[in-house]
Amino acid sequence: MFPTPIAKTTLQWQITYQLLLPIVLAIWLLPLIAVAIFSIKPDADFTNGNYWGMPSSFEMMNNYGKVFFESDMPRYLLNSVFITVPTVIGAVLLSSMTGFALGVYRFKGNLLIFFVFIAGNFVPFQILMVPVRDLTLSLNLYDTKIGLVLFHIAFQTGFCTLFMRNFIRQLPFALIEAARVEGVSEWRIFVYVVLPLMKPALAALSVLVFTFIWNDYFWAIVLTQGPDSQPVTAGITSFNSQYRAAYHLMSAGSIIAALPPVVMFFLMQKHFIAGLTLGAVK
Amino acid sequence: MATATAGNRSWYKRNEIAATPWVFLIPGIFMFSLYVIYPIFQSFWISFHEWDGLGEKTWVGLANYERLLGGDRKFETSFWNNIRWLVLYLLAIPMGLFISLFLNQKVFGIRLYKSMFFFPFVISQVVVGLVFSWFYLPNDGLFDVLVGKIGIDISGGILGNPNTATYGIIAAGLWPQTAYCMILYLTGLNAVDPEQVEAARLDGAKGARMLWYIILPQLKPATFIAFVVTIIGALRSFDFIAVMTNGGPFGSTRVLSFYMFEESLSEFGFRMGYGAAIAVVLFFIMLGFIGYFLKSMYQDEKGAY
Repeated sequence: MFPTPIAKTTLQWQITYQLLLPIVLAIWLLPLIAVAIFSIKPDADFTNGNYWGMPSSFEMMNNYGKVFFESDMPRYLLNSVFITVPTVIGAVLLSSMTGFALGVYRFKGNLLIFFVFIAGNFVPFQILMVPVRDLTLSLNLYDTKIGLVLFHIAFQTGFCTLFMRNFIRQLPFALIEAARVEGVSEWRIFVYVVLPLMKPALAALSVLVFTFIWNDYFWAIVLTQGPDSQPVTAGITSFNSQYRAAYHLMSAGSIIAALPPVVMFFLMQKHFIAGLTLGAVK
Repeated sequence: MATATAGNRSWYKRNEIAATPWVFLIPGIFMFSLYVIYPIFQSFWISFHEWDGLGEKTWVGLANYERLLGGDRKFETSFWNNIRWLVLYLLAIPMGLFISLFLNQKVFGIRLYKSMFFFPFVISQVVVGLVFSWFYLPNDGLFDVLVGKIGIDISGGILGNPNTATYGIIAAGLWPQTAYCMILYLTGLNAVDPEQVEAARLDGAKGARMLWYIILPQLKPATFIAFVVTIIGALRSFDFIAVMTNGGPFGSTRVLSFYMFEESLSEFGFRMGYGAAIAVVLFFIMLGFIGYFLKSMYQDEKGAY
């Protein structure tokens, strides 16, 4: 193990290390701690210039209540759910199929198609902006959740295919061979043999795509406008112009907007990290 | 037996193994081509036109590129800011490595510490941008308060001063990116061969020499991915700029992706052709990196195939 395990070092360093951990963490998360404190402060603290001190009173219920009941925030949150969940289902479904095709079968063009998926995933997506916006307009899907969902599914399929295909290649191929010998059709092999083995990959991709899409801002402002279909990332900016300089409300709003992926991350940590670090170990 | 019944079986049954992959690929390829591959070519095409996004396109040949590369000041600022982003964003890699070395221990509660350090990456860039813009507020912001204590006064605040604004935004961007690199290295460190480390230790290697000669070579796959995601992240940077400064002050924080957006969908009329031309230039900057990434990955694949 590197660095030297702490248990094998001097007692002094062991104690220092244990003390250092929370201090370094607090510094690392300082911006977040500040927002969390902002969000429970009363308005008066900001007008009095008490930005970074202790709150003069605790207004947590008040501030969060205002965000939930007196703003468009719940609508934006709901939009985000209706954009994110279908995208996760669509992208995972499509890519488990493409991943299966590219991972199991040998045919001409296999590697080429695989690399087109990877390459497309690397492009700066601004180059897609004008044509995709135009396409969405001509499909009459501009400023709809479906329009945004369709694009997200398509774009995420690139990364997800890379992931699924590499995962499937690690599965024992003998299982598929055995099923074929038994005369099981290819379609059934996919559903009954491969899919059950892919559960960890499905879980990892679901949390990753959920986080990516929930946090998307660029496509939200390119393809939608207004509270009817905009997700919360776009909503928070209009929320902020509504409450300009009302830092207590803006930070409460930001925390609410950021929370779902955070909850997702803590619930599915193992899968999330396995997904993100794919390929970091050979 | 197969030949005897072949006549009765459908074409699909007879060619099942050859046909199945294509059946499975069709939906994915269709969506990906429609929304990703084809639009890349369309953008090239549009960049040779003048177009407001609604009416007819007017062919203007290379005029957009001539204007862009022939002294467009906004383009120059954006381009150099992109270079700043690229170079400084790479700091996330050594910083992430450093934190991962700090956290790669087995003490009580370390798992929770690791996830808390990773936390910034999970939060949307919009929120991180907002949080940092409050952190940077002139006079009232914590940053100004702290540097004020050591006698530094940045006029207009970090984000209000054209000389510092871009660096302020990059610093905000480095926060989640460092967390990402950290988690990559933590995973990599987990897989470092303990026998090699012990052997090197017996040979008297430790500290920086051990890190350089024994550990880093084994972390190569993690470093490669950290490099890929950091470069892509740097060139895609948009959210932070849109949220923190909206390109200002005086256009000093624009990058190509932001400038492209601004030109295409600006309040002063949509200049889609010019926007597409900017995107094409960004694409070519990226292409060098994409080529390198793909080549590395292709060599791995060919070895395994």
